[in-house]
Amino acid sequence: MDRIAVKTNILKDNQQAAAENRRLFEQGGTVVINLMSAPGAGKTTLLEATLRNMRDRDRVAVIEGDLQTDLDAERIRALGVRSHQITTGNVCHLDARMIARAIAVFPIQELDLLIIENVGNLICPASYGLGEDFRVVIASATEGAEKPKKYPVMFNKADVVLLNKADLAALPSGVDLAELERNVREVNPKAVIIALSCRTGEGLKLWIDWLQEAIASRKTASVGA
Amino acid sequence: MHEISVAQSIVEIAEANARKQNCTCIQTIKIRLGEFTTIVPEALEFAFEVARRGTLADDATLEIEFVPMVTRCALCGSVRDPVRQVCLLCPKCGLPLEMISGEELQVEYIEVKSESERKEWIA
Repeated sequence: MDRIAVKTNILKDNQQAAAENRRLFEQGGTVVINLMSAPGAGKTTLLEATLRNMRDRDRVAVIEGDLQTDLDAERIRALGVRSHQITTGNVCHLDARMIARAIAVFPIQELDLLIIENVGNLICPASYGLGEDFRVVIASATEGAEKPKKYPVMFNKADVVLLNKADLAALPSGVDLAELERNVREVNPKAVIIALSCRTGEGLKLWIDWLQEAIASRKTASVGA
Repeated sequence: MHEISVAQSIVEIAEANARKQNCTCIQTIKIRLGEFTTIVPEALEFAFEVARRGTLADDATLEIEFVPMVTRCALCGSVRDPVRQVCLLCPKCGLPLEMISGEELQVEYIEVKSESERKEWIA
């Protein structure tokens, strides 16, 4: 028997496709967000609230990932924002090649911000980079404070963790937001953590400011280059 | 659930490396799988049974070296295995811990029938 050394990352094809996406995004000067959470944490509602605040000022578009239906892309279009739906069939995450195919037919030039809403899932999307600049993960106050501990890889890889539905934390059945935040911190000491509510608008400004800061730094960087 | 696509990637990588050496029969595929990944070894073994069919790895065994998650504090140097209750803050210093191992996801090597074995088989 002969042994052949391989030493290759199992996800190298995805990594290469992600690097190519990233090159295109950087060329276009677009900040790209990979938005992830469990089903029902409020990704699309957060997007709607975000876009209402940004659509008049910034050039924004959205790519939606779902197993089935284009309902989410419709919700975004209803706000007058360009959106493209990827239906994965039964694949539990978006991968970099799906994004590459999408941006071939959904032009992303002249965008300040592209938000990719991943399939609702706290496991698989963690392993598949899309070429994004930032990973944003939502943990909502209705999901229990232990979520970050139960899905540590997802939360560990986040640049920003949004504690959504913060208004519901005050309910008798709500979670202790301080405990949720502590659990995020323990699996990811470096993440930016923002508590917010799309219903009351609490904390939303912090999130929008963070996004605008990211867009501004990208513009400064492109001018410098 | 994504173990199927991971298993397919493993088979593709193994096949590409076997073809480079003109080998048509892969006998072993050895991978390193970190504890701090989203891949479950049992699910991957099951998925591999499906993914290898009809490929150069049809008769191959998948060997998984499971790499535990180990972290180290840059300040006090304490090394720990924090998986049961993941906490990446040093219990002594409170500083972020660096991960020494646990994120591996790599095909290490493949084993193929050697030239002489192949000749025997043809004879």
